[in-house]
Amino acid sequence: MSVDQKMDSGRRQLLVATSAVGGVAVVATAVPFVASLTPSERAKAAGAPVEADIGKLAPGEMMTVEWRGKPVWILRRTPEMLASLEKTEPLVSDPASEKPMQPEYAQNKHRSINPEYLVAVGICTHLGCSPSDKFKVGAESGVGPDWPGGFLCPCHGSLFDLAGRVYRSMPAPDNLEIPPYKFLADTRILIGDDAKA
Amino acid sequence: MTTKSQELMHWIDARFPLTSTWKAHLSEYYAPKNFNFWYFFGSLALLVLVIQIVTGIFLVMHYKPDASVNASGIPVAFASVEYIMREVPGGWLIRYLHSTGASAFFVVVYLHMFRGLLYGSYRKPRELIWVFGTLIFLALMAEAFMGYLLPWGQMSFWGAQVIVNLFSAIPVIGPDLSLVIRGDYVVSDATLNRFFSFHVIAVPLVLIGLVLAHIVALHEVGSNNPDGVEIKKKKDASGIPLDGIPFHPYYTVKDIMGVVGFLIVFSAILFFAPEGGGYFLEYNNFIPADPLKTPPHIAPVWYFTPFYSILRAVTYPLFGVDAKFWGVVAMGASVVIIAFLPWLDRSPVKSIRYKGGLFKAILAVFLVAFFILGYLGVLPPTPGRTLVAQICSVLYFAFFLLMPWYSKLDKCKPEPERVTFK
Repeated sequence: MSVDQKMDSGRRQLLVATSAVGGVAVVATAVPFVASLTPSERAKAAGAPVEADIGKLAPGEMMTVEWRGKPVWILRRTPEMLASLEKTEPLVSDPASEKPMQPEYAQNKHRSINPEYLVAVGICTHLGCSPSDKFKVGAESGVGPDWPGGFLCPCHGSLFDLAGRVYRSMPAPDNLEIPPYKFLADTRILIGDDAKA
Repeated sequence: MTTKSQELMHWIDARFPLTSTWKAHLSEYYAPKNFNFWYFFGSLALLVLVIQIVTGIFLVMHYKPDASVNASGIPVAFASVEYIMREVPGGWLIRYLHSTGASAFFVVVYLHMFRGLLYGSYRKPRELIWVFGTLIFLALMAEAFMGYLLPWGQMSFWGAQVIVNLFSAIPVIGPDLSLVIRGDYVVSDATLNRFFSFHVIAVPLVLIGLVLAHIVALHEVGSNNPDGVEIKKKKDASGIPLDGIPFHPYYTVKDIMGVVGFLIVFSAILFFAPEGGGYFLEYNNFIPADPLKTPPHIAPVWYFTPFYSILRAVTYPLFGVDAKFWGVVAMGASVVIIAFLPWLDRSPVKSIRYKGGLFKAILAVFLVAFFILGYLGVLPPTPGRTLVAQICSVLYFAFFLLMPWYSKLDKCKPEPERVTFK
């Protein structure tokens, strides 16, 4: 096109308007495609509460139940295990559980409703591996001579104490998540629902 | 008097640029005559791409991306891979070609990239070739990662869990982003199916497009060579570079020789050690995925380990953001920084043949750091190893970030006028 030819500004405006409307249409068309990537209605509905029978759990034993596809641990802590929480208090990064990683009723020293039972989502807050239990104390545990018992994440080495509190300077930023739960009876726990009856 | 076949060629050429394309890219594409064995790895990468596509097409005929459990309590996807291995005639060979091919792809691509580093192949005017190449490397990593989920073994599951959770470390949008990638609150059937879709359709298309762009850009400016001098500076009367020889037949024949050598080594691994001693296919991946139990030691496949080590090496929070996020940033940066090499290297010469001792020493340190990072990436972390990984990560980044200075300080030898050829 030669320079001295006059630009038809009316046509130019129509061109800009058409492109803008076309652009809006492209974005609008993208919406259902992106939406299709989000969890489906079925996946959203799959979060039903799970009941666990803890009657057969001996002191010092742990059981795992599946809730929303994740492992939930129920650990029956012995008095020694509970005492170890005092020792780890200066070693962990959030001893008072100030970050919102638990329901209000678990925001205490032992991070549970009943001090004896720890109920926690067994997923490391770093990148989602499931930590292994290292309940043995001292060098026997393979973690270290001063190890008071707790959990070790096999992926990146984060350490947690027996209340799921993360040690300082670990890859994991937060304590283990405590799910909403309630006691239906002395030996029955409902995980995923804490509404008062 | 034209023959029938010449007539056919004329008919086609009037409608499609067949002869001119053949000439431009093969019979009259002049490549430097002094290529050495390092120049095999580009065509070998193309060969492995073809192997992966062909074996992939056949695997999809029997594989089922389905995380639900079958009547015997095994996830359908895991069972379908075992079915391919045990019951499909020739299935074991096709599957091993594909899984060993993935590792071969990275071997060849790493050597191809190192060649570029040695001879300054990324320097002006080949910056875009290098940038496309880095994008190919990124696409390849995505392709390999998503492919590794498909057998739905323990490593598949927990590897995906870790890598998808990396995205949740991004402030503000992270948690929603990882939800969109997974399509569920945990790695599940939804994740398996979309990774399958990306692995067999989306990423291969992108990969092929990038490979085309890589080659088109290369043929526009011409190949570099071990001396790093431009052959286009010295041309004969008809405009052909004095040190150039036509790609076909000279380099097609030479590359076939490289293919033969590669296939001997590849077949030996394929038939005698297809799992690569647990490095190509990890032992834990022969156990079906269990969302409730992480294997006691998880590690990525060998080709990701240097970058994975850099991720793990970051253990300090910064600016009030978790260490986890900075680990992700460091890992991302360690790959992306490769694309910036053309602008970081200020050396007066391209090839290592004419660079000074300073560059050679720093390159050696970089190589050692990269290998140590790779080695540490397969081991479980301890405080001592983390410290070593931190030192090596610093060395890795220093190689790139300090290059504008040391590449200028380096005492280089003068480049020859023409390529050296014995």
